[in-house]
Amino acid sequence: MIILYFWRVMLGITNRELLRFLKQKERFISALVRPLIWLFVFAAGFRATLGLAIIPPYETYILYEVYIAPGLIGMIQLFNGMQSSLSMVYDREMGSMRILMVCPLPRWFLLICKLIAGTAVSILQVYVFLIIAWFYDIQAPEIGYLSIFPALILSGLMLGALGLLMSSLIKQLENFAGVMNFVIFPMFFMSTALYPLWKIKESSLLLYNLAHYNPFSQAVELIRFAWYGQFNQSAFIYTLVAFIIFMSAAIFGYNPSKGMMMKKGR
Amino acid sequence: MKTALSVKNINFSYGKKTALKNISFTINSGECTLLLGANGAGKSTLFSLITRLYDSRDGTISLCGFDIKKHSRQALMRLGVVFQQTTLDIDLTVLQNLRYHIALHGMSRKQGNLRIQEELERFNMYERRHEQVRQLNGGHKRRVEIARSLLHKPSLLLLDEPTVGLDVPSRKSIVEHVHQLATGNQIAVLWATHLIDEIYPDDSLLVLHQGEIKARGSINHILEKTQRQNISDAFYKLTTGESA
Repeated sequence: MIILYFWRVMLGITNRELLRFLKQKERFISALVRPLIWLFVFAAGFRATLGLAIIPPYETYILYEVYIAPGLIGMIQLFNGMQSSLSMVYDREMGSMRILMVCPLPRWFLLICKLIAGTAVSILQVYVFLIIAWFYDIQAPEIGYLSIFPALILSGLMLGALGLLMSSLIKQLENFAGVMNFVIFPMFFMSTALYPLWKIKESSLLLYNLAHYNPFSQAVELIRFAWYGQFNQSAFIYTLVAFIIFMSAAIFGYNPSKGMMMKKGR
Repeated sequence: MKTALSVKNINFSYGKKTALKNISFTINSGECTLLLGANGAGKSTLFSLITRLYDSRDGTISLCGFDIKKHSRQALMRLGVVFQQTTLDIDLTVLQNLRYHIALHGMSRKQGNLRIQEELERFNMYERRHEQVRQLNGGHKRRVEIARSLLHKPSLLLLDEPTVGLDVPSRKSIVEHVHQLATGNQIAVLWATHLIDEIYPDDSLLVLHQGEIKARGSINHILEKTQRQNISDAFYKLTTGESA
């Protein structure tokens, strides 16, 4: 009975997030326009200047657009995670977060539901992006469109958990601009989303190390391999561990007896 | 009579600023208690503690005998809340908002639909269930929020200044509905307000000022205690220590 209860709560929260996302057409469009501009404008411009060697999972020389596509998928999930986090800070300030928090279930479970709902929204966006990319001749083997799915779940959960953690740390909505500057942009640019690691190493060893240990890079590599029907074990373990750490910290942050809730009042 | 809410020796502070000092009171089923206090008296903080948004390090809060910290699930199942700010999702319809609440309380779709119909009909809002919340006026939004808070049949209803910003007819209608709920459905109601005209003759009062309970009891008891002719003067005396 209790399992049925938990299941209904999870479905209810996921359903609400999907409904909200579909009703907010501007959010849906902007979530797609951002990576598409990178693909159609940035990648097309850099195609001629960036030469890429053959690196796994690719078995031949590839165009820069092909290389950048998994990074843009990661970008969709990174921005979606932060968008969810932003909406949680907004909901907390506006009060609607309280409706979720007074639900008679453990808070960790409610946060996990919220995370699953956000991940479902991000996967929906990614598949729409993949369809557009297909027509732009960025195609992977057919099996890749299935094997990418579990990778997207894990990467979405990890990046969503990071967003949750951020929302537990941020006191006011105004501080969110700082998150953009100090979290999203460094995470995206210091990663393998735009350039392969060996290329980064050529220019800076420090940047190479930062990119190598950046959880976002690992998530992008997990997606990249999965899209070509391959399993990148180290990226999987790294992403999983990052998810567990971020999620544990977020649950601690939302605990009313500990974390940030306690710092606000005691 | 059954005790719906019991608050014992609660203290709470924001950093060095004390918000609540040694708060203790109980509310029984079918009792409508109005929590009177000026802005900053500590009403919202008290509500945050009862809803477990914050935890107090000392003292206990129990709902229908269940400690809010030790048995939070059993306690929160018996609680319905209407917060000061509207907490409806304005992009969704009335029905979608209420279905979300049904899901949060683990009810089946069939059972939930039945409860939604009952509660919306009680507030004359059933015909408007497919409208987007954005299209409703302030009074109707509040009605939907009160209906939502009752869907899971709570034993205790918390209302944090639900009539702020509403016109006189909307306020009157909500005040009447809530008083009917307390007497007709045996729900315990704790209603935070600073509007004296929302008090009914049979209500209990709890006067909060600068985080302390200044008076607790029936209207007659408080008038007697303060030696005043009306609640407005009594409240003024209790919160300023001076004659009105």
